[in-house]
Amino acid sequence: MTISKGVTVTEHILRAFDEEIVELRGLISEMGGRAESAIDRAIDALSRRDSGLAASVVADDKRIDELEVAIERLAVQMMTLRAPMADDLRETVAALKIAGVIERIGDYAKNIAKRVPQISGSSKIEALSVLPAMAQLAGDMLHDVLDAFAARDWEAAMEVADRDRAVDDFYNSIFRTLLTFMMENPATIGEATHLLFIAKNLERIGDHATNVAEMVYFAARGEYMPERERGHDAL
Amino acid sequence: MLRAIAVAVLAIGIILVALVEAPIPAVALTAVTGVTILLLLWPRSSRDSVAPSAPEPPMADARAPIEAISDPLLIVAGSRVEQANAAARKLFGAHVVGEDVRVAIRHPAATDRLAARQATADQEPIELAGIGGRDNRWQMHVADLAGDRALVHLVDRSEGHAAERMRVDFVANASHELRTPLAAILGYVETLDDDAAAEAGTRKRFLRIIRDEAWRMQRLVEDLMSLSRIEAEKFRAPETAVDLAGLAKEVHATIRDAADPRSCDVAIAIDEGLPLVAGDRAQLSQLLHNLVGNAMKYGRPGTPVTIRASRGPGAMVRLSVEDQGDGIAPEHLPRLTERFYRVAPSRSRSLGGTGLGLAIVKHIVERHRGRLDIRSTPGEGTIVNALLPIAPLSSNRNATVTGPA
Repeated sequence: MTISKGVTVTEHILRAFDEEIVELRGLISEMGGRAESAIDRAIDALSRRDSGLAASVVADDKRIDELEVAIERLAVQMMTLRAPMADDLRETVAALKIAGVIERIGDYAKNIAKRVPQISGSSKIEALSVLPAMAQLAGDMLHDVLDAFAARDWEAAMEVADRDRAVDDFYNSIFRTLLTFMMENPATIGEATHLLFIAKNLERIGDHATNVAEMVYFAARGEYMPERERGHDAL
Repeated sequence: MLRAIAVAVLAIGIILVALVEAPIPAVALTAVTGVTILLLLWPRSSRDSVAPSAPEPPMADARAPIEAISDPLLIVAGSRVEQANAAARKLFGAHVVGEDVRVAIRHPAATDRLAARQATADQEPIELAGIGGRDNRWQMHVADLAGDRALVHLVDRSEGHAAERMRVDFVANASHELRTPLAAILGYVETLDDDAAAEAGTRKRFLRIIRDEAWRMQRLVEDLMSLSRIEAEKFRAPETAVDLAGLAKEVHATIRDAADPRSCDVAIAIDEGLPLVAGDRAQLSQLLHNLVGNAMKYGRPGTPVTIRASRGPGAMVRLSVEDQGDGIAPEHLPRLTERFYRVAPSRSRSLGGTGLGLAIVKHIVERHRGRLDIRSTPGEGTIVNALLPIAPLSSNRNATVTGPA
């Protein structure tokens, strides 16, 4: 918070703004927590073939969407009524963008959950047993970047962004395995394709966690995160 | 700044007396002004310089009761965290004080419970996963206090939860891997029993195979034991301060003295003045032995294996082992630390690998709250980085506390 001394009116406005920033950050954290839980439960539903749990993930996504609307409304209201400047403005803009990104992450988790009933697990596809490990990598990225957001820790954010490479590698590995498997067992192509999409969704979750990391960095430092060495783009 | 001016005014007074023999009233006036300003400013300015440094050191009197409790406790006023005791500040970070409680605990079940706390008087505690580590489990109790306040109390339930899962994993993995050498031993013993193996040369060959397989079983059992020991302690981060540079040199010396023909290829490059890390000396030594052992096994003969220690990003020290071997194809990288995962199963077995070396390394790094990162370029080589957190400052200052744990 920028704090100027003297005028009581300014102080009053600043305190109100401070309250709103705290509320905004609370909403983002709640939204992030719900997205994290959605990923965990979707993968849990996948490995246990639990369509009931999968359905609850799909239903709970509405709450994430509502939170996005609430964050957008509050952020726009703050920007129009309080005209924040410098780091306050950055924080508000970052919150707005992070909300959009987390909403996408929630959608990917929902998409994974939607595919659960399509997978019987009767045919022994190796990828099915590897997906939870990949989900853990992507989920940990989201978890750690939300921690970085809570602590306004740009170094932790950079460290999360670095880990996206591992998720991409994982995706490429699963992609190849599934491709070979489908060529050898054409009967399983339907199921294997769903697994491929799930892997892709997890890979996108990793990318979006990186986007959040960039916003945390931007809000804390006022400049964009330096370009990092990247692996080959996942297809 | 102001204090410096006050001191200057006083000094001018004294100098005037000494040099010019100025009229007494003038000297007295200057001196009195200086002393007065000094007295007025001294206490306030010293308070100013302390106050902004941290919101933390809590007002001892008001917070004493919750500070004295070792479980994490938060006092929430409205939706904001008003106070957090030392355990809670350690778990969530000191920054959560003054933030929305959701910034500290994001878990949806907790959010719903805290939002509805007026409506529901006493409820069952809530199980929370993933705070302070993926496998940690906490039980959250919420008690209402006067005036829209609530006391949030977390109880650690991690160890009981982990014990059950560990047992299941262990039996499934180990039985399969132990059966393979056992089958070989039984097979050759039966053949030896036959008259067909009467020839001395054949008998000797069979006995060597039996001995090798038995050794492999022994190594496997040892690795499984150390893996489960590390897992048993995973929720207790090591606290002793370890001098990583010294440890690396020690391990390097041990390896050089070994009879292995590759041991003379091992080089070491340690940065000066590395801070101590919070660690378990025996486990960190095992970590280095495993990594260097891998590099020696899978690197090309005659190419160097380098142990490095340097300052990592943030409050970390980077320990790395680099080889110039065939490298590892990218599709294998994410799965290398799985138990019994092998890139080339027959090659690993023929070199005496148990398939647990990197799993042990990963568990050691995780217990140290560090990070493991493996980078490899096929045809060029592999570099394994372990980032380990620096020990708290107090133990870094008196570096003499190091020593075998």
